[in-house]
Amino acid sequence: MELLGHYNYYIVVVLMMIGLYAVIARGNLVKKVIGLNIFQTSVFILFVSLGKISGASTPVWREGVELYSNPLPHVLILTAIVVGVATTAVALALAVRIREAYGSLDDDELGGPYDQDDPAE
Amino acid sequence: MVVAIAVVQVRDLFSAAMLFAIYSLLSAALFTVLDAGDVALTEAAVGAGISTILILAVLTLAPRHEKRHPGINWPAISVVVVTGACLLWAVSDLPAFGQPGNPVHTHVAPYYIEHAYKDLGVPNMVAAVLASYRSIDTFGEVIVIFTAGLGVFSLLSVRPTARKSNKPEDSE
Amino acid sequence: MRENGILRIIARFLIPLIMLFALYVQFHGDYSPGGGFQAGVLFAAAWILFVLIYGLESGLAVIPERAMFVLSAAGALLYGFIGLLGVLLGGRFLDFDPLLENPKAAQQAGIILVELGVGITVACVVMLIFTMFVRRRGELGQAWHPEEHD
Repeated sequence: MELLGHYNYYIVVVLMMIGLYAVIARGNLVKKVIGLNIFQTSVFILFVSLGKISGASTPVWREGVELYSNPLPHVLILTAIVVGVATTAVALALAVRIREAYGSLDDDELGGPYDQDDPAE
Repeated sequence: MVVAIAVVQVRDLFSAAMLFAIYSLLSAALFTVLDAGDVALTEAAVGAGISTILILAVLTLAPRHEKRHPGINWPAISVVVVTGACLLWAVSDLPAFGQPGNPVHTHVAPYYIEHAYKDLGVPNMVAAVLASYRSIDTFGEVIVIFTAGLGVFSLLSVRPTARKSNKPEDSE
Repeated sequence: MRENGILRIIARFLIPLIMLFALYVQFHGDYSPGGGFQAGVLFAAAWILFVLIYGLESGLAVIPERAMFVLSAAGALLYGFIGLLGVLLGGRFLDFDPLLENPKAAQQAGIILVELGVGITVACVVMLIFTMFVRRRGELGQAWHPEEHD
């Protein structure tokens, strides 16, 4: 049954789209970063669910266990999570600097010209 | 999924951060159900801990509420719907969930599963692959996290100058 | 938050527990899920909890910032050093086999050392990033109200 075999992936795609919407549609920079994190986490769920085998166990070697889930996606996701937090940290530091320099974190207010950079009259 | 929608819709950023922590914990629970112990531990520690703390730290430096945008953002919704539809159509081509005969479980994975304990004496296969078979990638990752620390340091170690709108007289 | 009794008591109980758990996860990375990254993040989270309750100065008195800088670089350098040790003793970069006589023992020793390097760097970098953010808040408070801090 194709539908039942895939509903895991469908949910992941919906989560991805929610995160993508947060990145595109919301103007606040912090909300964008949160949306990016939601997007990343949903991609991790996709990868891990690709590696799972029904009826298998965690990929730690034990006596008497025959079938293990695939350890390779886990390795990939482990690295990806850490890189994700690194990116989030730098993005938030940038947001702090933007807030100080321009006074706001919203997209609409950051776009146009303003006179804070002109020399004082 | 409900939590994710709530994170996007909520305008109070503090609540968004808390909901994001709940989302991370729920996905960590999902990872545990999917037999990924290492990933669950890391996601719970990193997502619910560090990311939330950093967002809260930024919130002490920024206004707490998001601006309200009137109306529905039609271009964004259409982009999201179109991308979602394409992805859903593509994902239907994936093999069924959880079958041992999937292509992802052939090629390299059986070699690692069979030989990790025999060659290395290390039961945890994920750590074995990370630290021994694919050691250079982990080295690169350490460099990445170190570079992130450098980046944050270089961004945030400059003393903040007073904003011109705060002072009536001009500064520099 | 120093005055809040409940938080203080629970923190006093939890912080050493979390640090101990971080060490456990670090050194049992071979036998159960865990390893360098998780341990580093857990240790940093324990320190962040300490700073949240007792303030940044107390946190920096426990682990000074200079030590964080040095240790974060030292962890990555330890990783690279183990790799070069493999080269010096006759193998490839990051080859663990030439380190000891028994190849299995050599692999395990190499993995433990490498994960230790990773854990140290991750912990120190996360603590450092948190310190940067928190100190920014203090500096902003000073910069925007300079008349109060003469």
